Amino acid sequence: MLLVLSLAPLLTGFVRKVKARFLRRQGPPLLQPYLDLARLMRKEVVLADNASWLFRVIPYLIFAATWVAASLVPTFRTGLLFSWAADLIVIIALLGNARFFQALAGLDVGTSFGGIGSSREVMIASLAEPAMIMIVFTLALISGSTQLSTIAEFMNSPAVGLRVSLGLALFALIMVAIAENGRIPVDNPATHLELTMVHEAMVLEYSGRHLALIELSASLKLILYVSLIGCLFVPWGLQPAGAGAEQIAIGIAAYIGKLAAGGFLLALFETSIAKMRVFRVPEFLGAALMLGLLATLLRFVSGSF
Amino acid sequence: MTLIVALSCTAALFAAAIVSVIIGRAAVANTLIYGLCAAAALISLFAALKFLLGAAPAQSMVLPLGIPWLGSHFRIDALSAFFLAVVDLGAVTASVFAIGYGRHEDAPMRVRPFYPAFLAGMMLVVMADDAFTFLFSWEFMSLTSWALVMAHHRVRENVYAGYVYLVMASFGTLALLLAFGLLSGPDGLYTFAQIHAVHPAAGLAALVLILALIGAGSKAGLVPLHVWLPLAHPAAPSHVSALMSGVMTKVAVYGFVRIAFDLMGEPAWWWSMVVLALGGVTAAMGVLYALMQHDLKRLLAYHTVENIGIIFIGLGLALAFKAHGMTFAAALALTAGLLHVFNHSIFKSLLFFGSGAVLTATGERDMEHLGGLIHRMPQTTFVFLVGCVAISALPPLNGFVSEWLTFQAILLSPQLPSWGLKLLVPAVGALLALSAALAAACFVKAFGVTFLGRPRTPAAERASETDQWSLAAMYFLAALCLVAGVLPGLFIDALAPLADLLVGGRMPVQAGEQWLSIVPIAAGRSSYDGLLVFLFMVISGTLAAVAIHRLASDRLRRAPAWDCGYPDPSPATQYTASSFAQPIRRVFGTVLFHAREHVEMPPPGDMRPARLVVDLRDPIWDALYAPIAGAVGIVADRLNYLQFLTIRQFLSLVFAALVILLLVLAIWP
Repeated sequence: MLLVLSLAPLLTGFVRKVKARFLRRQGPPLLQPYLDLARLMRKEVVLADNASWLFRVIPYLIFAATWVAASLVPTFRTGLLFSWAADLIVIIALLGNARFFQALAGLDVGTSFGGIGSSREVMIASLAEPAMIMIVFTLALISGSTQLSTIAEFMNSPAVGLRVSLGLALFALIMVAIAENGRIPVDNPATHLELTMVHEAMVLEYSGRHLALIELSASLKLILYVSLIGCLFVPWGLQPAGAGAEQIAIGIAAYIGKLAAGGFLLALFETSIAKMRVFRVPEFLGAALMLGLLATLLRFVSGSF
Repeated sequence: MTLIVALSCTAALFAAAIVSVIIGRAAVANTLIYGLCAAAALISLFAALKFLLGAAPAQSMVLPLGIPWLGSHFRIDALSAFFLAVVDLGAVTASVFAIGYGRHEDAPMRVRPFYPAFLAGMMLVVMADDAFTFLFSWEFMSLTSWALVMAHHRVRENVYAGYVYLVMASFGTLALLLAFGLLSGPDGLYTFAQIHAVHPAAGLAALVLILALIGAGSKAGLVPLHVWLPLAHPAAPSHVSALMSGVMTKVAVYGFVRIAFDLMGEPAWWWSMVVLALGGVTAAMGVLYALMQHDLKRLLAYHTVENIGIIFIGLGLALAFKAHGMTFAAALALTAGLLHVFNHSIFKSLLFFGSGAVLTATGERDMEHLGGLIHRMPQTTFVFLVGCVAISALPPLNGFVSEWLTFQAILLSPQLPSWGLKLLVPAVGALLALSAALAAACFVKAFGVTFLGRPRTPAAERASETDQWSLAAMYFLAALCLVAGVLPGLFIDALAPLADLLVGGRMPVQAGEQWLSIVPIAAGRSSYDGLLVFLFMVISGTLAAVAIHRLASDRLRRAPAWDCGYPDPSPATQYTASSFAQPIRRVFGTVLFHAREHVEMPPPGDMRPARLVVDLRDPIWDALYAPIAGAVGIVADRLNYLQFLTIRQFLSLVFAALVILLLVLAIWP
């Protein structure tokens, strides 16, 4: 649990750094997100006059839901302590929980920017979530389980082989991950005062420690998705439960390597593509949904796809 | 014993109805009548729960009522007991809510006498054991609820709602009447035990299934028979809306389950195709309709349509598994569907109570006129939020558990041998996932626009917290949402006798699992532990709060809203319900609802403001009901001519009819 929490800002910093280097900029130092968080934590909260009690509780709710979800994803070894408490569907639902409350926070103060962010966020979510469920269906049908540890172990075994449905699911998962994390081309995490922003518009009224928690949750969500793709589609180096210290060291090294590769690819992708218009996003996510549905259908029709 | 207690409670409810007529508008009437209803329902609830949890043998009874030489048969088995418990739970909370809410009623004499009768009608339906008693109670339930819909009959749209409801209810009962007619066959077998013993032939069974789907589906709100529901449910007083939406639709589900799983014997595999397809379409259409609404109660009514769809998906899967002899999977799917019956009855009642509290506090149902109620009605806001989270299928509350079980059942279905199902089930799964995501979007809108933001009208600004009785009922239901969410194993185990009865198999016992988690199939395959997820969330949230407040900063300053530097004091600049739904309307509504937006620009010199108008069309009304209504109108116009014939023409008509009838009789083989 603490591993993802401590690594999450680092990954965000790494992606920013790589992006800046691609743009021939120096970029902020790798540890900048930690400094930002520490600074925000120390500052006082400036709360809008008509913000309610819910507005103050929501950052903690978002953080709790995202952290619990992130700590249920296997990082360097499977068989986590409480992995049976929640399967992949629950993890998605927990993220849905975080999004539900975030969208409510956008509406709480009653500003037009908050509203625009919330309404677009739920539109994106209404397509991304079913796409994600279809991906889960595909994986569950291949491995015979919705338990993330079991799926990862199965993916690591030679039984899995190359499958059409897996390829489709991978594509869909990457598209969903981009949309869910508010990355280019769906949303731009580095923008303010722009009519196209989604995530930043919702959290516009937050400041101080509340903002720090929300930023931290966003980083956690990013690391969650990278870990998820890592443990499902590149499971090499993932250690079984009860591995020795040496194996765990290998596992951690492999995990950090995967995070770095994932962050690098994300930065490369983001710098090479322009942001979409908001109403092109449904087409993008609709494609993800259809890919997921197609993968599930293939699995239903025949076990060999 | 249970049956006697439940029937006595029903009799007590009838007595309450009569007492209510006698004492009229006396000051104590409100507390007395609703208190009586609550007490009777509570006793019956305990009896039903005792029966269900004790796994007692079925009890039956014949009362000398109804048709003189046949009597009325009543019976209680696990299925009846479960639905009786759902009805009673709804009745208890609605009655407690109404002790407070009913005081604001401006026409109490149009509500109080019918209310206990309505409760009694629903209880009789689930206990009936012969076709006559069943249909009679069903129609009684429809008529009393119709009277309650018409309580505020001076409002124009309520009259229309009552009219549509009456037509649809009569049509549904007609379909059920025919279904029972076919089931009882030429011998006129009329008790359920006799019907159960004889299985209809394949062709006949198909017809019965369609008729049962029409009859029960029109009451439950299956698309395309749902049209009356969003009109009638909001028109009734809020505690009745809660009962109609949360409970009466479940009585309709009971009717379908009783016919399809019990009376008709072994299902054919294609039955499930029909049920699944209808369920999937209902779930997705229901939530999309709901997203387009800005009337709070109508939005909730459309969500009932969605949830009925989810329930029917579970039932359809159960039929499919049962037809292929996979009793274990069938038990899982059936449990998922029935658990959703229970869950939906809780949170839908809660949400309707909340909307009722808002209605009394502000006099508004239209979300565009509300906003900012979280400051004025903090407690109602809190319980309404719990209901919203539960219905949006978010962990750790109860709505998530039943949807999770439905997903698990879907994941078992590749083992089904028939190709039609193999192609249909993934599509239904996608529709289910879509409707779950859209439901969350819809409740962000409903809660956010109604309770958050700034008040949009003076009425919303002056709102005050609702009374203690109403709050007590809502808090109770909210607590139940949490309990059913974190301890789902208890509820699943309670449903085991039903699965045994209907599909001949049951899910593994959940009570012994570690940390009270639920394991529907096998530990390696899937498990969910609501309690742990809840505890984790509480612990990590508290940890973060304590750590930050201790180690970092806990200072706070109030200031005007930031809004990127352009705050506007007018509450009209906030997002409204329609503008919130605009992106989704553009994505889904352009094709489905022909959603179009246009600007109404007044001519030069006219001082009216320009308006942005959204046009929506209801595809089902246009495609199905409008042609029927048109055809009926045309035929009625033509037949109108018959009113103005001379006496000779009338006589010759009668003569011609007689001759034709005799000819038919003569030719008939």
